[in-house]
Amino acid sequence: MNQEQFDKIEQEITPPTPYVKNVLKAFLVGGLICTIGHAITYFYIIFFDFTEKTVGNPTAATIIFISMLLTGFGLYKKIGQFAGAGSAVPVSGFGNAVISAAIEHRTEGFVLGVGGNMFKLAGSVILFGVSSAFVVSLIKLILVTMGVIEW
Amino acid sequence: MIFIDFLLAFIVGGLICAIGQLLMDVGKMTPGKTLSILVVAGSIISGLGWYQPLIDLAGAGATIPITSFGHSLTQGAIAEAEKHGWVGVLTGMFEVTSSGISSAIVFGFIAALIFKPKGKVN
Repeated sequence: MNQEQFDKIEQEITPPTPYVKNVLKAFLVGGLICTIGHAITYFYIIFFDFTEKTVGNPTAATIIFISMLLTGFGLYKKIGQFAGAGSAVPVSGFGNAVISAAIEHRTEGFVLGVGGNMFKLAGSVILFGVSSAFVVSLIKLILVTMGVIEW
Repeated sequence: MIFIDFLLAFIVGGLICAIGQLLMDVGKMTPGKTLSILVVAGSIISGLGWYQPLIDLAGAGATIPITSFGHSLTQGAIAEAEKHGWVGVLTGMFEVTSSGISSAIVFGFIAALIFKPKGKVN
């Protein structure tokens, strides 16, 4: 069997990706996580001294705390298998990536294991987030200096 | 009205996740790549000034997805650049975003202390 035949057979055997079903699942679960987050923002605005502008930070921290519990008890993985991007895109997915890596590598010790591997999965998000924020704000700074746009 | 407020958070948050799922399924991308693209997209949208209106509209529907990470990094950098010029781009970056990363680190460390790995945890 050559490569072409193999590819053809592989294509026939592999079940087609259920695009619509996957997107719907991601939409529902992702939307649900954001709705829970929205309830948490109301909680912080009503019971604590937060405004609508500052409430994003404690909400993210709370979501990551919930994510820690779910990850620790192995439930987040199950949600992820069902929801795909629906559980990966919210900040709980970022928390899950950090926390699961931390738990998984504790057997290698706390310095080299947990410390060294914590950002193994989530590191790329930080790298590209920081780099693009750097480029975007630099462009904006240049444009403002040239007088093209205002702050 | 409070119901519409929650509905908007659900729809906007859900749509961002649906875009992520499309990138993964149709674009055949790994989750890591998908998240990186969303963060970069959030940062660019933020630079254009369109992310804050989305937050005003949808609340947590816009702040919970990872795109808001790119947004707050960019806003922190821009706000400091406005005050201090070139140096501010570097110093301001984590000013707004600190909570997501710091809580992930703290809770990750706590989790490593109290939970035991069971086979493949992910």
